[in-house]
Amino acid sequence: MTEETTDLPIVPPDSMLTNMLKAIGLLRESPVGMAGGLIVLMFVVLAIFAPILAPFDPNAPTLPFAFPGTASPDGGVFLLGTDHLGRDILSRIIWGGQRVLFYATAATVSAYIIGILMGLAAGYFRGYQDEIISFFANVILSFPIMVLYVLIIAKVGSSGLNIVFAVVFASSPGVMRIVRGVTMDIATRDYIAAAKTRGEGSWYIMLVEILPNARGPLIVDFCLRMGYTTITIGALGFLGLGLPPPDPDWGGMITETRSYMTGGFAYMAIFPACAVSLLVLGFNLLADGLREVSLRD
Amino acid sequence: MPDQDEVPVLEITGLRLSYYTRAGEIPAVMDFDLKIAKGESVGLVGESGCGKSTVANGIMRYMGNNGGIVGGTIKFKGRDMAEMSAEEVRRIRGNDIAMIYQEPMASLNPSLTIGVQLMEVPMNHEGVDEEEAFKRSFDILIAVHIPDPKRLMDSYPHQISGGQQQRVVIAMALLSKPALLLLDEPTTALDVTVEAGIVELIAELSKQTGTSLLYISHNLGLMLEVCDRICVMYSGEVVEEGRIDSIFSSPTHPYTHGLFGCIPQPHANKNARPLSAIRGQLPLPHQRPKGCYFGPRCDFFEPGRCDQELIPMDFVDADDDPAHRVRCTRWDEIDPKAFVSADVAEAREVIPVGETVLEVDNMRKYYEVKDSSFAAMFTGGGNVQQVKANDSISFRAGEGETVAIVGESGCGKSTFAKVLMGLETATDGEVRLSGTDLGSIAVGDRTPAQLASLQMVFQNPNDTLNPSHTIGYQIGRVIKRFGIESDPAKIQERVYQLLDTVKLPRAFATHKPRQLSGGQKQRIGIARAFAGNPKTVIADEPISALDVSVAAAVTELLMDIQREHRTTLVFISHDLAAVRYLADRVVVMYLGRVMERGSTDEVFAPPYHPYTEALLSAVPIADPQVTKRRIVLTGNLPSPLNPPKGCPFSTRCPRSLGRLCDEQAPPVQLAADRHAIACHIPLEELRKVEPVFSTPNWDLGAAD
Repeated sequence: MTEETTDLPIVPPDSMLTNMLKAIGLLRESPVGMAGGLIVLMFVVLAIFAPILAPFDPNAPTLPFAFPGTASPDGGVFLLGTDHLGRDILSRIIWGGQRVLFYATAATVSAYIIGILMGLAAGYFRGYQDEIISFFANVILSFPIMVLYVLIIAKVGSSGLNIVFAVVFASSPGVMRIVRGVTMDIATRDYIAAAKTRGEGSWYIMLVEILPNARGPLIVDFCLRMGYTTITIGALGFLGLGLPPPDPDWGGMITETRSYMTGGFAYMAIFPACAVSLLVLGFNLLADGLREVSLRD
Repeated sequence: MPDQDEVPVLEITGLRLSYYTRAGEIPAVMDFDLKIAKGESVGLVGESGCGKSTVANGIMRYMGNNGGIVGGTIKFKGRDMAEMSAEEVRRIRGNDIAMIYQEPMASLNPSLTIGVQLMEVPMNHEGVDEEEAFKRSFDILIAVHIPDPKRLMDSYPHQISGGQQQRVVIAMALLSKPALLLLDEPTTALDVTVEAGIVELIAELSKQTGTSLLYISHNLGLMLEVCDRICVMYSGEVVEEGRIDSIFSSPTHPYTHGLFGCIPQPHANKNARPLSAIRGQLPLPHQRPKGCYFGPRCDFFEPGRCDQELIPMDFVDADDDPAHRVRCTRWDEIDPKAFVSADVAEAREVIPVGETVLEVDNMRKYYEVKDSSFAAMFTGGGNVQQVKANDSISFRAGEGETVAIVGESGCGKSTFAKVLMGLETATDGEVRLSGTDLGSIAVGDRTPAQLASLQMVFQNPNDTLNPSHTIGYQIGRVIKRFGIESDPAKIQERVYQLLDTVKLPRAFATHKPRQLSGGQKQRIGIARAFAGNPKTVIADEPISALDVSVAAAVTELLMDIQREHRTTLVFISHDLAAVRYLADRVVVMYLGRVMERGSTDEVFAPPYHPYTEALLSAVPIADPQVTKRRIVLTGNLPSPLNPPKGCPFSTRCPRSLGRLCDEQAPPVQLAADRHAIACHIPLEELRKVEPVFSTPNWDLGAAD
């Protein structure tokens, strides 16, 4: 017998870290994805270092109705002005960003955990398990989402945890559908048959053999869904169902100040609205970029 | 015969084609010369990645977004295609040069009937009226031997079989009366008996219509049946070209010679004449060595001569073919035929077959198909039909024995593998492994010992390993599951041993599957199957997705490990040449039933079952000395939902006795002890049938 391989150069294996660095390196090839990534990164940095970066206490009333650029009586400048209660808008946006990112991440991750488990079970077991899970998913998906949110929050009261709960309830069926489709495809692969023929349990096969191979479409969808959740949190805040005051919340900031919009104080609502749009745009561009890079050969 | 004076239909000189990727420019084809005269058929043969399809795409000037023609000229009927306008090239494409691809279904529009798709060719290109177009389409369908062309023209592509689809694609290509037909692996997706028919059609058409052919394939045996001349390609360049008989009788380039050594010949077997695989593998395009690209794999490599500059093509001065050229600096001083590499070629001991390990007794696997159509709901519905995927399968396999299960797609051989593995349970009958019936025990209910004793090697190398885990983890997991070892250090040691066994470097343990080639992945698949010291291994088409030189190495490896462990091997395949080479016993299946079973020698010699006979005749043989009797089957594989009442093969059988065969299931006749044939034709008559293959020196090769 001759050897097929001994004269081959041996490629060093990839560690997790090099894989991640590679992925970021690949993202550089997509200007769109890079822009999205930078926007998201900016908000993340602002959120993490909010105590240092925010120029004022977000809840301290100082000088009401100050236009952007007005100097504060205690020193410093209100770069984006103050609201009707005299709180610095920039500081509120920065602190609000921290809460939005925290709850959006918590809600999306939780929705993913639930959605992945349901999707794996539906796609792998098929049969009646699939029928039951898909039926409930379809029922939830057939509701207008906003009505659903209002119903849930109105019923259980508004708090950060309840927002997470509502988002998980409403968006895990969507995640479940994606996972179910990918699972059905991967379950036909020979390596799954190989795992079965060495007697692996169903959940081992689902979590260790199938899930890691579904990560491609899931990562893209995760970024998109982070954007949706950001919008949702903003919308709930706007409806008064968001995070309880006085802590800053982008949607809440818009709703509190919208009555002053016609009085020349439009900036009070526009700046937080821009923050929502920018972050969502960032997530969407990042998702586009990731998809583009992953499809390229 | 090609006319030398005329302007050649196609003349390619110094063609260079490249692809542009992240890694930069990748030269796919280099220094490519080709001349095709009118009516000539030229073959382009080589393994995957050698650039043969790229040549075809280059001729069509269809290189995709990331490909381009870097240098050289392509002249079509004396005119340089690079100087033509885009409009002219477009007109030539499909009209003067037609291309036929591997997958017929992808070439046909699923939403139009065959008739519409055929008729639009003359209507678009020549502006003929509908009536004329219909007549021409009808005639061309008769020319490609389609029975009942009228019905077929009203059918949609999905309603006809793969073989008929490919005939329609060929008919469509011929409708515009092209001067040149490019065929890119036109039969690779088809079953052997269907392939035989298509190949015969192609050979016949090129003779009748005077169309020039460029036939691209990896199969040397098919070349022999179709082509006048062949070019052997390796890593982007032609290494040898010449008349087909000259190349087959005196292959001069070591690579060409190596290719022949990798193909199991009909008169070879594993003990008398092992396959000699080519070592190493095709270099990646950006890692090609200096000088001769085949150098690192060549037995005649001479440092200082073979690794200097690019080697030009040189005339061989063969007596029978003045145009025979080869790309080798040492061709006149080496003799690949006389060279025997040290580790191959001496005959091996025959392993004695031990006691019976695997016993399959009257095994049945039926699937129920419910008619859930809308109409069925009104007409009382619930009409349950049965698909008999496996019907009354029986055979035995002893320790160390190789049993091949042969048949075309849809014959139930993969279902059988699933039942053995417990991925499906048998409807009836028994599958006994060392005395325990496993047929009714699903995989989840089997004990670890039962699981370990029966393992499988899968078909598709890209699917057999989980892309997310390292090789070491995947093999180690098997060792852990089956309790061979439990200490992590010992597991690792055992993984290394297994990698040694399958002749891969130990460093592969930390690699992910995507860093490996197809052959290497298949070796890992074998290592994984043998990790639990199984008694029986099922190999489901383990080499059919691999290139010939790699397949030969993997086959030999499988044989070696089997020999060492005295494992029972159930080898599932459609490739009779491979089966002839490595099996001790053969089970021939058709439509879920066993047609014939016996030892390899018995099955491959008269008396044959008529289906075995047809299968044998369909095998392309890469040896001009072998003459074979041609039997081309007509008709399609019947639907398993509605199988023939009598013998399943009766609808296509050239020896059918008529009503008896159509209406009554055939009796199982014993031609010898353990050689059974299920056929109505009396054994005496089957014995009188002539052998399918005959060679002048048959006995020399067949020494067992």
